[in-house]
Amino acid sequence: MGFVMSVDLSQFHQVFFEESYEGLDVMESALLNMDVNQVDSETINEIFRAAHSIKGGSGTFGFSVIAEFTHVVETLLDLIRSDQFEMQAEHINLFLQSVDCIRTMIQELEQGQSCDTTLASELKAKFTELLEAKDTASTSTAVSDEAASTNAELPSAPVSGGKGWQIYFKPSADILRTGNDPLRMFRELADLGEISVTALLDELPAFSDLDSEACFLAWEISLSGDIQQAQIDEVFEWVVDESEIRITPLNDTLIKNDALPAEMPSEDNKPETQATAPETYTNPGNSELKPTAPNTRQASENPQKTNRKEQKSESTSIRVGTDKIDSLINMVGELVITQSMLNELGKNFDVSSIPKLLEGLAQLSLHTRELQENVMRIRMLPISFAFSRFPRLVHDMSQTLHKKVELVLLGEQTELDKTVMERIGDPLVHLVRNSLDHGLELPEKRLAAGKPETGKITLNAFHQGGNIAIQIIDDGAGLNEERILKKAIENGLVSPDEQLEPSQIHDLIFQPGFSTAETVTDISGRGVGMDVVRRNIQELNGTVEVESHPGKGSTFTIRLPLTLAILDGQLIRVGNQVYIFPLVSIVESIESQDKMIHRVSGASDVLRIRNEYIPIIRLWDVFNIEADHKKVSDGLLVIVEGDNIKVAVLVDDLLAQQQVVIKSLQDNYKSVPGVSGATILGDGTVSLILDISGLIKLAGVGKESYRKVSESGDHQAA
Amino acid sequence: MKENQTKVHQAVNSKIEDSKHIEPMDQYLTFFMGDEEFGINILSVQEIRGWEPITEIPNSPKQVLGVMNLRGTVSPIVDLRHCFGISNLTYTDQTVVIIVSVPVKNDSKPKIIGIVVDAVSDVYNFAVSDIQASPELAHTHQAQYVRGLASTAEKMVIILELTARLIDDIEAGTPLRSFQTSH
Repeated sequence: MGFVMSVDLSQFHQVFFEESYEGLDVMESALLNMDVNQVDSETINEIFRAAHSIKGGSGTFGFSVIAEFTHVVETLLDLIRSDQFEMQAEHINLFLQSVDCIRTMIQELEQGQSCDTTLASELKAKFTELLEAKDTASTSTAVSDEAASTNAELPSAPVSGGKGWQIYFKPSADILRTGNDPLRMFRELADLGEISVTALLDELPAFSDLDSEACFLAWEISLSGDIQQAQIDEVFEWVVDESEIRITPLNDTLIKNDALPAEMPSEDNKPETQATAPETYTNPGNSELKPTAPNTRQASENPQKTNRKEQKSESTSIRVGTDKIDSLINMVGELVITQSMLNELGKNFDVSSIPKLLEGLAQLSLHTRELQENVMRIRMLPISFAFSRFPRLVHDMSQTLHKKVELVLLGEQTELDKTVMERIGDPLVHLVRNSLDHGLELPEKRLAAGKPETGKITLNAFHQGGNIAIQIIDDGAGLNEERILKKAIENGLVSPDEQLEPSQIHDLIFQPGFSTAETVTDISGRGVGMDVVRRNIQELNGTVEVESHPGKGSTFTIRLPLTLAILDGQLIRVGNQVYIFPLVSIVESIESQDKMIHRVSGASDVLRIRNEYIPIIRLWDVFNIEADHKKVSDGLLVIVEGDNIKVAVLVDDLLAQQQVVIKSLQDNYKSVPGVSGATILGDGTVSLILDISGLIKLAGVGKESYRKVSESGDHQAA
Repeated sequence: MKENQTKVHQAVNSKIEDSKHIEPMDQYLTFFMGDEEFGINILSVQEIRGWEPITEIPNSPKQVLGVMNLRGTVSPIVDLRHCFGISNLTYTDQTVVIIVSVPVKNDSKPKIIGIVVDAVSDVYNFAVSDIQASPELAHTHQAQYVRGLASTAEKMVIILELTARLIDDIEAGTPLRSFQTSH
């Protein structure tokens, strides 16, 4: 754009990028939800609005590459929404490609690179082709003035004003409230050529009736110079839909199209940018067709936004609803009041005010807890952020794989910590890809198996205790147990004569380097995968398991803690050290008796409880510390589960249960095996939080030895 | 941290006055471990605390005594005396923990570590040229922490340059032979 503003626009770039990503996500999801046979005008409008504000924003910030490209996209969208162009399935793909293309370009800009325009020009050529095809079609069928107006829209045939333009501009009364300043527009116009502006005061009310925030003025502008109409349109880009704008060439003889009668400057026949939908200018009351900037912003604040930072590992900003902030402010207010009350109490304290003090302290703890919960809630986002990328992924993949898939999303409003959300994205993608590629069968096979042709993948999120569970359910063929077992034997993970339960076989797919796909596809099956998925999830203190029924499908269940920052803990004591078990990992705690303990040669002791053999870990031994009770029969056994393995941990004492704030050990130290973090207890001392899977590894009671133990245990019992 | 530093600054103001006109000086906090006096750049010192019981870290190297709560931050406490091969370590009310920030390779965020020493001594000003390399240390394990030797009128100070290696240095216990023989 050819104007220079005194404001440094680059400070708004990040906002533009974020809003554009949101706009693109809106476009994408709308495109994916669109039924080609029955194009819903609201959906088209939604896409159009998003495209329009990206175009406007990129124009404002001088990203002309994006503005130009989006303009072409928008032009076609505009034709579609005014029913002049019939949308077909292939066009959806073209639009989706354009969304990708714009996204890539914005990402490049964000990283300070110059845009790669090859893809953009390719797509642009396709759009122009479509537009031209449409154009020729309409000239032959439609009336000539419509053709002329469409023609005027094509960027390939811009209308030049030659000597200049006469512009009538009557903004809506609200223009100032939406942050658009006519004066600024006139300055921009002045940059294009010589300008003279006359204000039309016809509608100016009496001073007593004047609303100081409304705009009652209209303007006649004459602009001379060799200016393209597009340049003028660009100036009015943001207000065009709420304002009445008429742009006429100063010298009518210069109009290319003779079909346009110069002496009839009536509204409908003007070569306006959006002449194809003239009602949008003149009818500001039509809310459906009003792509105003605030409108779009509202749409983008819709909670159904996507996690748009696929490429950035962790984004730094977070959008928080103002209501959440307000409630925080309220709570801090109350906290301050309580604090000053306690202060007051402290000044003239005597024994009689003890009840008051206790009351104040109770209030303080209540407020602190509420405040903590609310601060935590700020970090919580609906899981739809992570889910929203899947419709597109499934759409694209099902085409590549020639499978028919229906994707069902459930529990999208389930809230999850932002950090967890960001890090669960990749494992989820992997699992969904896996279900699509390996789980669901080809349509023919499905029909042959007596199942509906279209496969179904369900993503379900829900709360379960202190955890959030995410399920990926497919109704495909289920895991091929035979093949998994064969492969596991080949890889030496299982010995050929071992008898495994189906669930144990299923679990094998999470072993490193395990892939049974017969052909290595582009999508999955490179031999890395499920073990990485499990590891990623474990890093988040979560678990993943699979349940599968041959011919019926498989269900992958991921369980994650709601947040990474706070944990419900069980304090335990060994010697003079206090450790914390995550409460969710505790199955039960028992006082052991001698007869329940079996000593197995070559392996650790096992606890026999309800016909189950559980290896015993002596915490004092593993951690090399002093303990009151070194013998298993003297202490308490806490049965915990991690990694799907149960172990019984010998401790001296069970102390309180409390919520603890997780502090990193790595920040100033390094990671410690068997310890996931630290916390600070009420008395100011540091206590270590135990990591069950790490503890199991450290104690050397892995799966292998566990299996041996249970087998030999059986022999012993028999 | 600022407060602590200003206190120390005041304590040595007179010394700074004396040496104002010569080349730029750095200030070094010195402390005793065994019979030796060691110095570290005062800008890396965050605070000085008395000894208090700490939480052990299981299976940590011997010199890492555990972790301590430093106003909400969990910091490891390293017995520097152990790193320098000093035996018969005692932990009394007189034992001092100096909280230092040490740079980490490839990481913008320094680690905050507490080092245990016998007693804090003084603050000296040394110019860079006052610190001489100590050739006899070159082959000992501790050489990596030693920047050089500096002398005051009456004694010698070993200037240290602490790194994050302190926390995972498994050979830290080796005695510092050259010093023990030289005295």
